[in-house]
Amino acid sequence: MIEIRIHGRGGQGNVVAAYVLAGAAFEEGKRCQAFPNFGAERRGAPVVAFVRIAEKPILRRCQVEAPGFLIIQDESLLHIPSVLEGLKDKGGVLVNSLKSSEELTKEYGRPMIALAGSQMAQEIVGRPLANVALLSAFLTLSAILPLEALKKALSKRFKGDVLEKNLKLIDEVGAHVTAGQWKKEAKHVACA
Amino acid sequence: MLHALEGSQAIAQAVALCRPGVVAAYPITPQTHIVENISKLVADGKLKCEFVSVESEFSAASVVLGSSAAGSRSYTASSSQGILLMAEVLFDIAGMRLPVVMTCANRAISAPINIWNDHQDSMTVRDSGWIQLHCADNQEAIDTSIQAFRIAERTELPVMVCMDGFVLTHTLEVVDMPSAEQVDSYLPPFTFKNKLDPKHPLSLGTLVGPEYYTEARYSLHRALEKALPEIEAADADWAKICGRASGGLLTVEGPENATTAVLAMGSVVSTLTESNEMLPGNKRVKIIKLRSFRPFPIEALQMACAGLKELIVLERAFSPGLGGILGTEVRAALAGMQKPPQVRNFTVGLGGRDIPMSTLSKLINAAKTQAPGGFAILDVEPERLPPEDR
Repeated sequence: MIEIRIHGRGGQGNVVAAYVLAGAAFEEGKRCQAFPNFGAERRGAPVVAFVRIAEKPILRRCQVEAPGFLIIQDESLLHIPSVLEGLKDKGGVLVNSLKSSEELTKEYGRPMIALAGSQMAQEIVGRPLANVALLSAFLTLSAILPLEALKKALSKRFKGDVLEKNLKLIDEVGAHVTAGQWKKEAKHVACA
Repeated sequence: MLHALEGSQAIAQAVALCRPGVVAAYPITPQTHIVENISKLVADGKLKCEFVSVESEFSAASVVLGSSAAGSRSYTASSSQGILLMAEVLFDIAGMRLPVVMTCANRAISAPINIWNDHQDSMTVRDSGWIQLHCADNQEAIDTSIQAFRIAERTELPVMVCMDGFVLTHTLEVVDMPSAEQVDSYLPPFTFKNKLDPKHPLSLGTLVGPEYYTEARYSLHRALEKALPEIEAADADWAKICGRASGGLLTVEGPENATTAVLAMGSVVSTLTESNEMLPGNKRVKIIKLRSFRPFPIEALQMACAGLKELIVLERAFSPGLGGILGTEVRAALAGMQKPPQVRNFTVGLGGRDIPMSTLSKLINAAKTQAPGGFAILDVEPERLPPEDR
């Protein structure tokens, strides 16, 4: 089982990101679980969502305490100490940021991968919502699911122009991260 | 067919498959998504039903009381303060023996205000005369919602399907959504012999004096007792159609020879089950999932507890000034056994406090030192209490 924690702010499509990622796992015939941990339900407030992906039915319903991967939709959230808490050794951190991966890694003292997700989404979709771009980057890096699965899951939720543009965004993002860079990490952080 | 669905969306679809005639509800977190999805199905023309938007939960309950009495299959849903605002009408619905079905997306009660999950809301109306069934996962919530209409209509009792707010309602997971054919073959169209009909005038809920009130209340009690086999049969018959049961009145999992069991209701059972599987073989306990809280299956519980030395009751609510509600009821229910187990009683996960995988081990350890008849809140944090309460 792989456990992922997604951090964002209210309005950034954090819960949708969790649902779509779990939906992509379902499209690949895997078991999945995605749920939000709502705090105050208002725009801009820090929000957290959890995703579990496994081969077998998932019974546990507690929050993800030791995620294998973190997807951070807003770099400013890294200033909250609890955001990096519990991350497994060798776990991966993907951050929506205009900085480079090297800059982030230096600034926060641990390896991180940066993606200019909001910028790319603004250019391709017309809205600065990084969630789909981050999911595409995460799946490209970890190779735990093919991008086709993400596209299928997305097409169950959106249609028309919005869907087309997001599908294009998924393809574009692939070129900005190294495919399979987190393959080893994905194996390492998988738990029973 | 398998789908990856949010719990609330799944329940909306399951309820729609049951072809309700009237749905009335008022939004409240974490129940809102259920009726939001039902209203969308109605607006999209996928569900032919009268959807009544009301100005309060009191009205929502009143509308389904009336529509059910008029012979229409009726559904509502609520949570927390909404359940409390409905309370007066809930007692009426049961007292009038109307087969209304509702989903309680279980949530804590204020004050202090809290939108997250525990069982205090449905516990507070446990004496209303409604059947209360608890669900451990979203598949059970789907299947139980469908079964609820059959149970309600056969017993002429209202059924409350309790599913944990957020933990189930807002969780997307893989579920098997039954087909319309499956549900239609299970659930016949609703015909209600006591319906209000101008051609055959009848009064419901009229004034009853001391000469008959006791008997009316006794009959309600008997009706709930007689619902026990109906709940089991509803689950068994549904299992024949879809190949899966939700656990009848209760289920027992774990090693046959274990002499300690943990009893719980709702989604915490799932987490406990996985935790139990991760314990070394000789440390594993039995897990008793209590599905039917009302009617309370005394006999089935006694049978499930035969041979146990210790029964740890883990609940998600309590009665201030007494202690556990479920624990107190279990102690009373087992008192008639020849060799009842020692019952330990803990509350956990109030107001959405997370119930981690470590809970099971912590619980087993804490039970060792609890005095007979004792009660404790397992996850209370002493340093967060005022000094005088530590």
